[in-house]
Amino acid sequence: MKLPTVNDNPFMKPMEWLSLLVLAALILVVLPLALDGFRLNLVGKYLTYAFVALGLVICWGYCGILSLGQGVFFGLGGYCMAMYLKLEASSVENTKIQSTPGIPDFMDWNQVTALPWFWKPFHSLPLTLIAVVAVPTLFAFVVGAAMFKRRVGGTYFAIITQAVAAILTILIIGQQGYTGGINGITDLRTLHGWDIRTDSAKSILYFVNGGLLIACILIAQYVKRSKLGRILVAMRDKEDRVRFSGYSVASFKIFAFCLAAAFAAVGGAMFTLQVGFMSPSFVGIVPSIEMVIYTAVGGRLSLFGAVYGTLLVNWAKTSFSESFPELWLFGLGALFIAVVLAFPNGLAGIWRQHVEPRLPGRAKPPAAPTVLPHGAPAE
Amino acid sequence: MNAALLPGATPNDKDFLLAVEALTVSFDGFKAVNDVSFYVDPDEIRVIIGPNGAGKTTVLDLICGRTKATSGSIKYRGQELTRLSESAIVQAGVGRKFQTPSIYDDLTVFENLEISFPRGRTVFGALTFTRDAEVRDRIHQIAEMIFLKDHLDARAEYLSHGQKQWLEIGMLLIQDPELLMLDEPVAGMSVAERKKTAELLHQIIKGRSVLVIEHDMKFVEDIAHRVTVLHQGRVLSEGSMERVKNDPKVVEVYLGH
Repeated sequence: MKLPTVNDNPFMKPMEWLSLLVLAALILVVLPLALDGFRLNLVGKYLTYAFVALGLVICWGYCGILSLGQGVFFGLGGYCMAMYLKLEASSVENTKIQSTPGIPDFMDWNQVTALPWFWKPFHSLPLTLIAVVAVPTLFAFVVGAAMFKRRVGGTYFAIITQAVAAILTILIIGQQGYTGGINGITDLRTLHGWDIRTDSAKSILYFVNGGLLIACILIAQYVKRSKLGRILVAMRDKEDRVRFSGYSVASFKIFAFCLAAAFAAVGGAMFTLQVGFMSPSFVGIVPSIEMVIYTAVGGRLSLFGAVYGTLLVNWAKTSFSESFPELWLFGLGALFIAVVLAFPNGLAGIWRQHVEPRLPGRAKPPAAPTVLPHGAPAE
Repeated sequence: MNAALLPGATPNDKDFLLAVEALTVSFDGFKAVNDVSFYVDPDEIRVIIGPNGAGKTTVLDLICGRTKATSGSIKYRGQELTRLSESAIVQAGVGRKFQTPSIYDDLTVFENLEISFPRGRTVFGALTFTRDAEVRDRIHQIAEMIFLKDHLDARAEYLSHGQKQWLEIGMLLIQDPELLMLDEPVAGMSVAERKKTAELLHQIIKGRSVLVIEHDMKFVEDIAHRVTVLHQGRVLSEGSMERVKNDPKVVEVYLGH
């Protein structure tokens, strides 16, 4: 009997290994050599959004769940990290001019006289590192379980995630004494005694960030090529049918949503470390939608595309908004519409359709790219 | 994969593989299935016939959990199915083929069959699932049976209508259910495909209980051990094909036309 090639299910195809190598070389070698410290730090900041985009590839591209509230998880991860850094910066010695020394400055300004209970675990670095991933993932689990067990999906789910993003932003802004309010948590200095504001610390953090991003790509790749990845694709197409193959659809959706949240949280924590503050402006609806656009531009079915999409959109944002700040949002909106209408598979789709077939050593064109059955993002 | 009998099951329930009792479902007051009772023995081939709108597909929907019953009970090996989720019913050993081919278009034939393989059905199980020799051999074996062994690499989307039907039968087969429910398995097929499908069905119904909805009377006569006739949501008649065919009530509402 003829054994079809589909039986070997390698972790990554040669082309994917090459893509990973190129991306790793770009992030870890080319950009650090080509850019000055300031620009490199900027790229580092962009790359923290790539974690969110990566999660959205699994959650939205593969599983078909459009979340317009990924900023929530990015923000929660970032806030967890910021709380630790803030506590370290608020030693009794540093804050002796306050009426209550030893608590963060914004608490003192808001007449809070003791550290709230939920700040206390963030004195410990190990607990903080656990919380960075665990808090957003648990929150995603609760939201996901509440929605998916009741079979809320599609547009309704997207709207609810937006509402969650709005609620969390309002909560953070409103509870100024506990969260730092609209200014966020600022004036962060050291991580376990190590000054993160110096140039050398910034470049080390850039490489840690790059390494974590590649680790997350590998995790996502593992999920994508496992049977779970194929179940996600099957669910996107025929959710009902998957139930009759004996799978609990809700559990798989919750998993995809939690994984996306965990990735976003790592990105958020790295953002705090590299940029030196965290504020509600990274939690709300607008940043959440921007993050979806990164994924759409890169290609919602491509892990590598998501990273390039993030870099490209952010580069465009920076150069554009330097010259025409008032036009940027319109440009971003137009970009999103154009991508969804003309290139539903984003940069990765363009690459697969037009560039890859022309590469030398490729006698026959690759298989038709996977075009999503539904063009509308909310499907 | 067969569920053990629940401790509370009465001996009476054990005699039947499937016991449907006083099953009723009402959609906004309209009773699509009204007080339906029937019993399926192990290894029995039962065909449900009846005019359009008689509630045949709804009965299958109720058994596999797609529709929730308003009242009544469905006991499978003494286990109450009306309270289980769809996936739990499948895991208990009930498989269902839908009327229109229901396969995963974006996946290959191989992957379609692999997803139906009854292992690694939890999130963790699916993450750690490996394509070992057992899985591959089984998939090749089934692919051969459903006439698709040369199409394992093809995306299911590109199969013909008949091939899609076979693939779905194959997906059920690899699931190895003890109770197999088929909703019009030969509908919309060419004559040649129909003949091949009938052969295939003859092969796969051995050693399991089967509940079939079918309009093709020749096919029904060929396979049915017993026939249940539904009409307007109620059981009109039940028994051997011979008996049902000669039942004046059945002739009037269904066969007479």
